[in-house]
Amino acid sequence: MRILVCVKRVPAVGSRINVTDDGQQVDTAHLGFTTSPHEECAVEEAAQIVEQLDGDEHAVVVLTLGPEASTEQLRYAASVGGNEFALVMAEGGLDWDPQRTAVAITSAVRELEAAGGQFDLILFGNESADGGNFQVGIRVAHALGRPIVNGIKGIDPHERGFTARRETDAGYEVYELEAPCALGVKEGINLPRYPTMKGRLASRKAQIQVLDCTADVDAGGQSRVRLHRPPERASTTVQLGDSAAAAPAVVDLLDELGVL
Amino acid sequence: MSAVAVLIDHDRGVPSGGALEALTAARSLASDLNTDLVAVILGDGDLFDAHGADLVAACADYGAAVVHCGRHSFLADYGPDAWGTALAMFVEAAGPVAVVAAGTDRGAEAIAQLAARTDLPLVANCVNVSPASSLADAPSGPAGGDAWHITRIQWGGSLLEDVTLTSTLPLLTIAQHSIEAEPCEGGPVPAAVADFEPDLGPEVQQTLVRDRVTLAEGVTLSTAPVVVSGGRGVGSADGFAPLEELADLLGGRVGCSRAVTNNGWRSHADQVGQTGTRIAPEIYIACGISGAIQHWVGAMGSKNILAINIDPEANMVTKAGYAVIADLHEVVPAICDEIRRRRDRPS
Ligand SMILES: Cc1cc2nc3c(=O)[nH]c(=O)nc-3n(C[C@H](O)[C@H](O)[C@H](O)COP(=O)(O)OP(=O)(O)OC[C@H]3O[C@@H](n4cnc5c(N)ncnc54)[C@H](O)[C@@H]3O)c2cc1C
Repeated sequence: MRILVCVKRVPAVGSRINVTDDGQQVDTAHLGFTTSPHEECAVEEAAQIVEQLDGDEHAVVVLTLGPEASTEQLRYAASVGGNEFALVMAEGGLDWDPQRTAVAITSAVRELEAAGGQFDLILFGNESADGGNFQVGIRVAHALGRPIVNGIKGIDPHERGFTARRETDAGYEVYELEAPCALGVKEGINLPRYPTMKGRLASRKAQIQVLDCTADVDAGGQSRVRLHRPPERASTTVQLGDSAAAAPAVVDLLDELGVL
Repeated sequence: MSAVAVLIDHDRGVPSGGALEALTAARSLASDLNTDLVAVILGDGDLFDAHGADLVAACADYGAAVVHCGRHSFLADYGPDAWGTALAMFVEAAGPVAVVAAGTDRGAEAIAQLAARTDLPLVANCVNVSPASSLADAPSGPAGGDAWHITRIQWGGSLLEDVTLTSTLPLLTIAQHSIEAEPCEGGPVPAAVADFEPDLGPEVQQTLVRDRVTLAEGVTLSTAPVVVSGGRGVGSADGFAPLEELADLLGGRVGCSRAVTNNGWRSHADQVGQTGTRIAPEIYIACGISGAIQHWVGAMGSKNILAINIDPEANMVTKAGYAVIADLHEVVPAICDEIRRRRDRPS
């Protein structure tokens, strides 16, 4: 089985997100980068699926689109179960609009499949932590002619494809997809492992294939004007107490709000 | 002019809260464009027999002039391909000026399927939409040409992005809880019903819901009037017992922070935040939660917030309307006791 996981490099933001003076980017001068959380879980899920299979012809292929620095996220994936790695080289690609991103990833997938065979499963994060456009995976899957279901929090492989669970307010829905197919994964599907010593070694040795397939990719119809922080909700905090003796005041408040 | 269309995402006939918010947002967009608001509902004959009248009445309450009911046996339950294909056929036949959906799992997914099928841009999680000034005769729109000017959320709401959208047919989702669902003033005008029958092939069946498992009955995290959440400060899985008790007493639900799910103390289904659930209760009681921005964006839709924390400088405390600066392990049981005491008191 071959599983492709598409991951995005995102800034590891703290308690406040700052924007560069020109309003075009998150100010990352003092920030590290990480893998967007849904996709980190997608890598873990792919690794778990492949590790359960007999034989060694199986592979977790990890792809990312971005600047050369995105190899950091591919190397991390190598330390937690990834086997093959592809960088779709795109300077500035982390801020691309979702249509453009999807077109570039689609042609990258075609190139990888032409060389290494069809992927049985392509995993995306449900949405990236930064842009949150909720569409790249769906556009790629559609262009490749594969079914996709988003919001997945459980995957069981079987002979012909995959059973996938999607969380709802009340429980979950079950989907049955035949391979080849794609799924958009959400955090909570698993608890991603931490890199082991062996994993760190593997990450240093990982070979990264660089794909140069973004030259003719046009910008889509959505174009950034500027990023800015939402207005802070002005709040004066009413302190109801500094010990358990505050309980009556709390219950008065609950009563006032009509929830008692 | 052609209408602004809203996809009503529903679960077996019950519209999502987001769908009503999307109708509210789209109604003001339609009024900017001086055109009608219409709704699109997808289902099969049985679904419309059981819920059609209620769904149409709900859409009329929110100002829809026409409700387009797409009927097909493959639309008996939800499926992204079936919904996306049916929606594409509606667009083709009815030629709306914009299509709007809720930023819910289903709304966002179905409209992204439409975007993929039509190769049109889709702007997700909008909080403010100004149509192209060439379309709107209202002077409020920003000056200049055929681009729509839109503000959308990034980072789950920690950041806003102003974008321009150039498209023959704008596709938009409305960020959940960014607008309050409000029926029309002056009561509903009955909506006209227009049936259509999308031509769906068997290939859409692959992504239909096959089965479902119900784990929780009654109020859910996203709809609970009271949410009592615990963070790292709770200290253990067992430490949640008093929070469960308080939530039970108030008819609410227990939530948690990512620190808690990462420690395996609670299921991820309980997580509030950017990568968890967005809540909008009457009151959010946050116990031992620092209020990191990714947690805050899930909680900020709450009407009132009470933070219980030992640290008066914690983000959650400074952003909350109410706070108790003390150990949650003492405060929460005391609140439970006080509630029981008042309820037991003969009135
Ligand atoms: C992309 C991304 C997405 C994320 N998504 C989410 C998300 O969806 N939801 C989420 O919650 N987080 C999310 N996070 C993580 C987030 O940044 C924080 O790490 C997390 O919310 C911290 O959880 P906490 O407040 O429980 O823990 P801490 O930050 O450790 O805070 C614990 C708090 O408990 C208080 N405390 C300790 N003991 C007591 C006591 N006895 N009584 C009272 N108070 C006490 C402390 O004063 C402190 O304020 C995300 C992070 C990233 C990078």
